Amino acid sequence: MRRLGNGLLIAILLLPVVCVAADTAAEALVRLKAVGREGAGNEAATRAWKEVVRQGPAALPAILQAMDDADAASANWLRTAGDAIVEHTLTAGKSLPAEALEKFIRQSHHNGAARRLAYEWLCRLDPKTPDRLLPGMLQDPSPELRRDAVDAVLSQARSQRDKDNPDAARAGYRRALTGACDKDQVELIVKELDKLGVKVDVASHFGFVRQWLLIAPFDNHDGVGFNVAYPPEKGVDPKAVYKGKDGKEARGIPCTTTDPYGAIDLNKECGKQQGVVAYAYAVIESPKEQAIQVRAGTLNAIKIFVNGKEILHREEYHHGIDMDQYVANAILKAGRNELLLKICQNEQKEEWAQAWGFQARLCDAVGAAVPFAQVPVNSSKKQSTD
Amino acid sequence: MRRLFLSVILLLPVHSALAGDWPQFRGPGGTGVSEEKGLPVKWSTTENVRWKAELPGRGVSSPVIAGGRIYVTAASAYRDRRLHILCIDASNGKKLWERQLAATGSTQCHPKTSMAAPTPVTDGRHVYTLFATGDLAAFNRDGDLLWYRALERDYPEITNQVGMAASPVLAGDTLLLPLENAGDSFALGVDVKTGRNRWKVPRRRDINWVTPTIMNFRGKTAALFQTAGEITAHDATNGEILWSYKGKDLGSVPSPALVDDLVIVPGTPSVALRVLSNGNTEVVWKSRKLKAAYASPVVYKDRIYAMTDIGVSCLDAATGQEIWRERLGHGFSASPIIADGKLYVAKEEGDTSVVELGEQPKILANNDLKEPLLATPAISNGAIFLRTEKHLYCIAAKK
Repeated sequence: MRRLGNGLLIAILLLPVVCVAADTAAEALVRLKAVGREGAGNEAATRAWKEVVRQGPAALPAILQAMDDADAASANWLRTAGDAIVEHTLTAGKSLPAEALEKFIRQSHHNGAARRLAYEWLCRLDPKTPDRLLPGMLQDPSPELRRDAVDAVLSQARSQRDKDNPDAARAGYRRALTGACDKDQVELIVKELDKLGVKVDVASHFGFVRQWLLIAPFDNHDGVGFNVAYPPEKGVDPKAVYKGKDGKEARGIPCTTTDPYGAIDLNKECGKQQGVVAYAYAVIESPKEQAIQVRAGTLNAIKIFVNGKEILHREEYHHGIDMDQYVANAILKAGRNELLLKICQNEQKEEWAQAWGFQARLCDAVGAAVPFAQVPVNSSKKQSTD
Repeated sequence: MRRLFLSVILLLPVHSALAGDWPQFRGPGGTGVSEEKGLPVKWSTTENVRWKAELPGRGVSSPVIAGGRIYVTAASAYRDRRLHILCIDASNGKKLWERQLAATGSTQCHPKTSMAAPTPVTDGRHVYTLFATGDLAAFNRDGDLLWYRALERDYPEITNQVGMAASPVLAGDTLLLPLENAGDSFALGVDVKTGRNRWKVPRRRDINWVTPTIMNFRGKTAALFQTAGEITAHDATNGEILWSYKGKDLGSVPSPALVDDLVIVPGTPSVALRVLSNGNTEVVWKSRKLKAAYASPVVYKDRIYAMTDIGVSCLDAATGQEIWRERLGHGFSASPIIADGKLYVAKEEGDTSVVELGEQPKILANNDLKEPLLATPAISNGAIFLRTEKHLYCIAAKK
């Protein structure tokens, strides 16, 4: 009884300390999330970082939770604090709150990067974590977890292929494709399925926009056109004939690409020119209001507009092209939407600087195609791409 | 007489590293010259390898070393979206700590480079790491985060689709960042204690990879920022322009070098400038024998050593006249380093040529590590540190 009384007394005496520590930790996380542009709030965040790390492994669930609504910069402050705690804890031979970490990972509404971070910490504790968690993650909203889940299915499919079991291999690759969003994984799957007699519509899988109305040429001599809002930026009339560069007529040219990655060669479609601007216009019908990403690739300077609002601009020429090179967030309304790309070609003479073209797709934040239909601009007939 | 007075400006490099440290890209003062003696001349994947550490990802940044700790960066995961900062014990290759960042900027780049392209810089107590994504972080030697910035969030148009690669350098308590790009283009002076801007000055809008060189000018610490169209000395404390030279076809990758009262500006042709005390410049010589490619020239005992397409060229620093040239192969992404009278030239295919310098060069060895090797070597405390695609090697006689 006396022992119990002493314990109670100690607990009562410690209570304020524990509460203060908890408050301090919570405040510290707030300060880590409050860092602003150009280093604003860094001094306070530096002190907060130390405080959070001092809390040890008990702070890990709160750190992960704090990443849910942290911006990318704050998330890195939080990530490094978590990494430091995990490193100190494991080096000291102590354990991590495995149960809480696994619970966090399994709750897919949490931030994908935070869940992936928790997964990596858990893998350091328990090498069997992937076997336990990845099978349920083929459609996961965390790109990194999903990628690993796809890899796991690919490994099984490969094993079936090597055992000369084509039906099981085919099924495995098809299953992997349902989750695959990354170009390298999709390419591998498409290649394997092709060997097994299955053709994949790559453009549909990625959500590439294939039908465009191209309007060119407008003037971009000395790069002047990038910041000039030519008439299509104020609204596209598909049947209009605009006054273009050097008095040439700029009228809409319908164009449908069959390229698996949605590539449009403007030199081919509009005639080889330099110091020019082309607009690419598409009408997108969305089955619902949805948050999307427009992802584009081009060697040329680019602006992207959705429903008349500019969502991205980059004035950079001939420095490389890749799928998903440029990513911009947008909202599609339910029903009719307008997508407009402005692709500017400069006047460099080098052979490698002659390309003028682009590709663009509509997907979610993971990179999976979103449901949409394209409306040919010269008719009301729809072509489904979902 | 006045001219003579004006021209007496000795352009000494500025650095305060402890002996044996290799604190930044191309070592103390960014000179590419080490005072170490008795370094190995021959090695292989097994011979004269004191230790070999596996790295978590690719990178073309060099390791930096201070107080027996090596700091090195790497990038991993799909599209280089994961960034790593590692601290390794120089004596045994054991990892002391590692921190990771998620890339916040574009990871688009030429396949030859990586998001881990800029070399970190350390003052011995802290390490400052910049990635091609614009992620910039400062840690103390134990891995505590001092501050962090997502530069592409601060300045969304600093992307370089080929891949930023210029390294940050320190001038006192100011961290100098060359963020010269086709979109937004500027140089930043950042307070090392807080990570906040001390100054920001506009720079030529074009992609550029030149790491600044630090020098004294009229009692001030000046940072030389070079692009294809000019070289400009900025006061490291406030960004003010101290002097500038406009040129044509200057290099956009190699760093300028200093020798006596000359600034050697790599280009096609390269230019040797004398900077007068009033800030005017005069061209002392021009040479097409010193070509601006990827590698930075290195100055040693009044001679300039510069990589050509197929080897190395030795020039008289005073006149720009070529003294000799030697074939060494090709693929010189890394800059050459000089130590103990020998030139160390790392090549993309994984081999490093060791050339004894003198009136005529003598190739002593060609040491193959059988892995891509694009990072400039680092030298510290009797060892050569080579960062290959997957490993960090400590090349030294075994203890």
